[in-house]
Amino acid sequence: MTPPSSTERPTTLRDGLNAGWPICLGYLPIGMAFGVLAQKAGLTPFQIGLMSIMVFAGSSQFIAISMLASGASAPAIIATTFVVNLRHVLMSSALAVYLRDAHRGLLSLYAYGVTDESFAVNLPRFNDHNWSLSRALVVNHAANLTWFVSTVAGGIGGRFIPEGALGIDYALIAMFICLLIYQIRKRIHLLTAVVAGLTAVGLALLIPGNTYIVIASIVAATVGVIIQRKVLKGNSSNG
Amino acid sequence: MADYLMLLLGMGLVTYLPRWLPLHYLSRRSLPQWFIQWLELIPAAILSALLLPALILDGTPRNLDFLRPELWVALPTFVFAWWTRSLGGTVVVGMLLFWLAGKVAPQWLAWIR
Repeated sequence: MTPPSSTERPTTLRDGLNAGWPICLGYLPIGMAFGVLAQKAGLTPFQIGLMSIMVFAGSSQFIAISMLASGASAPAIIATTFVVNLRHVLMSSALAVYLRDAHRGLLSLYAYGVTDESFAVNLPRFNDHNWSLSRALVVNHAANLTWFVSTVAGGIGGRFIPEGALGIDYALIAMFICLLIYQIRKRIHLLTAVVAGLTAVGLALLIPGNTYIVIASIVAATVGVIIQRKVLKGNSSNG
Repeated sequence: MADYLMLLLGMGLVTYLPRWLPLHYLSRRSLPQWFIQWLELIPAAILSALLLPALILDGTPRNLDFLRPELWVALPTFVFAWWTRSLGGTVVVGMLLFWLAGKVAPQWLAWIR
């Protein structure tokens, strides 16, 4: 790797955009769907844009909107956001290995853009040792800019879409279905999902509000880990 | 608006910290194994905890309802997502089926009930 110079800057930008454009393409429809739903939940385009900048986390923004629409309290929304985004601890830990000597300030800026999508694009490139923090920053911020623009556009366009048109109310559920499918990679994931779903339904019937989401998720993941460890110990192949 | 700003500050903070802390502090040490396993299961758990109640619960106070179009549309949507693994495609197909169900379902739902 050559040290950064003024002649390298166009390549940095080009490499970053080359790697990041599929993320941007994927964010466009999802961001617009988010904007439409957020507008239906009573947020202004300004508030939508502010959320996309201050939070920048697709799935937890969707969850926050559905919780806002059902009248959930701010602490419940923040707690759910926290649990949903805990998974980023994993991604940042994996990325940290390649960024030991990086500038602290840039690293803090980079942390802002660690999403499922940018992680999936940046990590293999760091792994191949042909990637730099500045290129990764281009990926993250191109994604962030697209997310911001598409969510605000959806928020502005949302008021022209009549209530219930084209099944827009189902966009969120369909997205959760596909994201859940992505997460079911092994039998333990399926088991955890079943435990979480049933616990959530049981709790939702018993207690009002939306705390059932966080409680059921923590219970299910804990049960999953316990079962996983029991099974591993039982097999005694690798403990 | 002030309440909304506080909400965003809270959400932003709890989103940023899990992204930042490992990058800042954890470059040399690694997480305990059980915690990694736990974190790996969290996304599946949380998505399912969000999804299943949305499919089979209705009203306030909530009650079980297995005749909701949300549930019946979810089945082909699941199959589509499983085969194609396409997020955009699943959203479009789910919306389309739900819209169709809204056109067709009232008649046969009335017949079943």
